[in-house]
Amino acid sequence: MAGFDKVVGSYEEAMAGLVDGMTIIAGGFGLCGIPENLINEVKRKGTRDLTIVSNNCGVDGFGLGVLLEDRQVKKMVSSYVGENKLFMEQLLAGELEVELTPQGTLAEKMRAAGAGIPAFYTATGYGTDVGKGKEVKTFNDRNYILEESILGDFAIVKAWKADRFGNLVYRHTAQNFNPMAATAGKITVVEVEELVEPGELDPAHIHTPGIYVDRLIVGTFEKRIEQRTVR
Amino acid sequence: MALTREQLAMRVARELSDGFYVNLGIGIPTLVANYVPDGMEVMLQSENGLLGMGPFPTEDEIDADMINAGKQTVTAAIGASIFSSAESFAMIRGGHVDLTVLGAFEVDVMGNIASYMIPGKLIKGMGGAMDLVAGADNIIVTMTHASKHGESKLLANCTLPLTGAGCIKKVVTDLAYIEIKDGKFWLKERAPGVSVEEIVKLTAGELVVPEHVPEMQF
Repeated sequence: MAGFDKVVGSYEEAMAGLVDGMTIIAGGFGLCGIPENLINEVKRKGTRDLTIVSNNCGVDGFGLGVLLEDRQVKKMVSSYVGENKLFMEQLLAGELEVELTPQGTLAEKMRAAGAGIPAFYTATGYGTDVGKGKEVKTFNDRNYILEESILGDFAIVKAWKADRFGNLVYRHTAQNFNPMAATAGKITVVEVEELVEPGELDPAHIHTPGIYVDRLIVGTFEKRIEQRTVR
Repeated sequence: MALTREQLAMRVARELSDGFYVNLGIGIPTLVANYVPDGMEVMLQSENGLLGMGPFPTEDEIDADMINAGKQTVTAAIGASIFSSAESFAMIRGGHVDLTVLGAFEVDVMGNIASYMIPGKLIKGMGGAMDLVAGADNIIVTMTHASKHGESKLLANCTLPLTGAGCIKKVVTDLAYIEIKDGKFWLKERAPGVSVEEIVKLTAGELVVPEHVPEMQF
């Protein structure tokens, strides 16, 4: 690695330093825009007691769902889970903890962490179980709860194209949580479909500037569809 | 007769206005898109990061990178924009979406809504619903008036975990159009052929019934 070149040679190198008990922030919505191969590398490594911050937890046998197979996940922080049987089994058996977090709050927790903001007030969840035990403050006659941001030891991200400097472009709705996740990792690892040379991407069309990216790797993706719906 | 799902969607569609940005939840709310009046333009917001959701794709158009909040494959309408989840919820939380339509398990006279969890049974999560009800001023809840067992879903107090507190003002059920104000339900319209007595019987929370209750128009 030299200068701003973020490209690493292997998935092993991409996830080097991940150890038991760490927090991983993962981009993706359902199975769309998920870092498939980075997740598979976490499975291969066998790292345990992980806290995973991701909108969903994949499905049985694909996406983050594969990390449940060998009970690598201690806690999920998600807005919507349970598309997988294994998840519900482990949750009901008390083997897995889940912190249900409203989707917008989850996105903001990542965004704020990456932007150096430790906590923020939001009306979302006030008066519900989500607000229980959280500080309440009134602004302009409306009640807001204090939500803390989440910084990951690692962030794993899927983008469409990148240049070697880690400037990223996402494709369609595979963007979702990825730009926030990219900012919220102490070490941010990105996998992409296509690598180009610096200067080839229009600087004004970069979604995630390379400053957030630590490691970059090119992968091939299955891109499984969760709900195949046609006209 | 109680409204069909399609009729319910048709009634909700009458609340649309030209130029509205609208977020439709999963289920009956999704059907509202089929009844946008002719000559009216609305833009559908999908909270995974798409403003200007188009129809489902043809087989040839299917793209794994193009889905809606229900994780279904979709297309983008002309004039659509695509953005991150943070941006999506900025527009939701910031009150920029003109109308939100979502389903519910229960609504009560204080405008509380329970729609995401049945303890011990359904623990999948709130997705974007808590942000949507907190951020929108104009929300319509669509649901059946009572459960299959005849238990009212319009209550004095919600019994299930809340999605939002004091945020619901309009409910369209298969029997009636009801508004929520001053800690009461107010009966505004009834489904064609449905009697006021039937609605009263199936509304557990306090219901104010005016002398004349017009039938719904579609």
